[in-house]
Amino acid sequence: MSASTTSLTLKGHDILFPPLPYDMHARADLATGDDQLQRFINNATLSKDLQRREVCAQTFGDNYDAMRSLAAEIKQHTLDHLDHYLEQFVDAATGTGAHVHFAATAQQANEICVGIAKREKLTQCVKSKSMVTEEMRLVPALVKVGVEVVETDLGEFIIQIDDDAPSHIVAPMIHKDRTAVARAFERELGSPYTENPQELTQIARNHLREKYRTADLGICGANFLVARTGSAVICTNEGNGRLCTSVPRVQVAIVGIEKLVPDMNHLAVLLKLLARSSLGQPITVYNHIMTGPKRKHELDGPEQMHIILVDNGRTEILREETREMLRCIRCGACLNACPVYRKLGGHAYGAVYSGPIGALITPMFKGLDKYPDLPHASSLCGACYEACPVKINIPKYLIQLRAQMVRRRITKWPDRLFYGLWGMSLRHPATYRFGGWVQKQMFRAKARAAGTAGRGDRYTDRGWLSKAPGPLAGWTRARDLPTPPSNSFRYWWKMRS
Amino acid sequence: MFSASSIQCDRSMIGFACAPGCHTLCCVNVSLFITCLTDTFYPRTGIAVVKVLEHLGCKVDFPEAQTCCGQPLWNNGFAADAKTLAKRMIRVFEDAPYVVTPSGSCAAMIRDYYGEMFEDDPQWREPAQGLVDKTYEFVEFLIKVLNVDLREHDVQWNGDVTYHYSCHLRGIGVTDEAERLMAQIDGLNYMPLEKKEQCCGFGGTFAMKYPQISGSIVNDKVDCISQTGTATVISNDAGCTMNLSGACRRAGCDVGFKSLAEVIAEGMGLIDVDVE
Ligand code: SF4
Repeated sequence: MSASTTSLTLKGHDILFPPLPYDMHARADLATGDDQLQRFINNATLSKDLQRREVCAQTFGDNYDAMRSLAAEIKQHTLDHLDHYLEQFVDAATGTGAHVHFAATAQQANEICVGIAKREKLTQCVKSKSMVTEEMRLVPALVKVGVEVVETDLGEFIIQIDDDAPSHIVAPMIHKDRTAVARAFERELGSPYTENPQELTQIARNHLREKYRTADLGICGANFLVARTGSAVICTNEGNGRLCTSVPRVQVAIVGIEKLVPDMNHLAVLLKLLARSSLGQPITVYNHIMTGPKRKHELDGPEQMHIILVDNGRTEILREETREMLRCIRCGACLNACPVYRKLGGHAYGAVYSGPIGALITPMFKGLDKYPDLPHASSLCGACYEACPVKINIPKYLIQLRAQMVRRRITKWPDRLFYGLWGMSLRHPATYRFGGWVQKQMFRAKARAAGTAGRGDRYTDRGWLSKAPGPLAGWTRARDLPTPPSNSFRYWWKMRS
Repeated sequence: MFSASSIQCDRSMIGFACAPGCHTLCCVNVSLFITCLTDTFYPRTGIAVVKVLEHLGCKVDFPEAQTCCGQPLWNNGFAADAKTLAKRMIRVFEDAPYVVTPSGSCAAMIRDYYGEMFEDDPQWREPAQGLVDKTYEFVEFLIKVLNVDLREHDVQWNGDVTYHYSCHLRGIGVTDEAERLMAQIDGLNYMPLEKKEQCCGFGGTFAMKYPQISGSIVNDKVDCISQTGTATVISNDAGCTMNLSGACRRAGCDVGFKSLAEVIAEGMGLIDVDVE
């Protein structure tokens, strides 16, 4: 079995951690051939993308672009002065009574979290959705030391009991439908089979309420950290994050260092854009701002609050040339807008982060040589850049990654030779014309042989190939190839003058 | 900027050369950047562009030393080779007041990336910016520079069409310009595509290296095209046209492809109506 096809047999979160270097073709073949998946993703992404456009147009009108620029500037400024804001955050958070930890790697972050669980003898954890914990593979690390972990985001919960893996930053079960949920609930929770969404939600709710009541550890991520106040902010639509972070005795927030914003007024701008960009909502239903553990006079809230700040490759991206990528607020708008994501879904990217932003940061986090397909599996159409609320120029950076692959010779030699020769031939009009002529003769001869040489005059008489040789074989695997007509534009111009 | 109805200035009407700084249409000199694909695969589009521009009063010039803008090399990471070609482009079009190209993606290559390419190169930064500032995609040029209103030119073209919006227009801020022009053509019935904003899946080498992905994206487009029931698709980017027409042919969707330049030229009676 090739490395590419082994990736098809993986289950659960291993789906997001395939053998490296990752070859995406097998999963891409599978996804594009799966009619059901095509329907789910197409419908979900299209409607979310449309909602985003409509709501943003309604709210911001002509100022949408200016709003995105402002958000981009806020994030960029914070990243440009990250050391300052980190320090400010740590001081403020410590002042509120929270414990702040630093983790350079995913492993360290896991060790810190596991350490807290062991020291406090915690055994039952409720967890809300967090991308960084996926990156770290935190859940298995906790399970290994005897902590039962329950995902409380409805989508993540279903993924968990179905031994599947999330496939979208915001909508983890975008690749599944109600029938899959109904079957999983029937099998794992012993509930009667139903496809009614209200009933399904109620079943999950009843199951989860019990878990909240008995949990002693609550784990969450954070959408933002506010430097001045030392607060962690989580945005959820189900209210599960709020329960996770207020009922259990010990609370741990695990957050990437790029999530900082200077102050509350900056937060307001980003919250406005996050809700609208991710689900086309005017505001996320629950915006939960946590500032420290339970105070002395308070009745509710965790006794201990820990914040683990995770680097895990981020300072590497913080280099000036690539810093912009860290502005990402994980809204998922670029995934919904992307024609490639709309055909593949998340799993084909072979990593925790999928879609355009995943194609960019996965090779940055894990190595270009480990994910050579990701920067290339894009038509560079720019829909992601247009959708991004913090204006990350994703196509530009994908091209930069491709250039890096050429420089580091990760690009294979036949490609380097081909482009080298092509580039040379384009440097002179004579070789350019000659190249064009050879190509034309070759194609036209083949079209004649296939009996498809065209009609029309000498400027439109193109033929067609349904099977082309060499690098063009990929082209004709999916569609026919037109051949050039007899005469070129240059010829016309010459004859005319 | 100009009014398309004032085709000639007073001086040129009586046979004199225009005064310096004269801004009527007869004094707009345009250099055509044909692009590799249009040159070889869609020469008729190039012919149409020349004839329409001339009909509108422009003087069109075609610098024969031009080759390629370097887009395929740049997009695949061969930045040094792309730069060599970019320098060549800048030199070839040095004296042109306007550079017009029938391809949105080649216009976007120049406008989006030539600046970045020579950011740190004091010798080339300015000339590069010069080319960036004067390069236009054909349809964009008609609207933004020539201020053309086709209703003043009696353009008659009978038939149902749909239109493919090429992604690279997004990058250069072109949105509904082609649709505005189509609305000014007599007899042309425009039926918009569903998922108009979605890419056709071309992406250069992407189409060859990831045929399963590119193929399923383009087939999506083919479905949308056949849903309109039109016989003609207007597509203004040679790459998109190759991809879309090839996929339509493979799927048995019997439609013809034309650029808007061809439709306008046919509608103005400048070239024969072609039934592909
Ligand atoms: S890159 Fe932009 S659009 Fe994509 S998830 Fe991040 S913030 Fe959202």
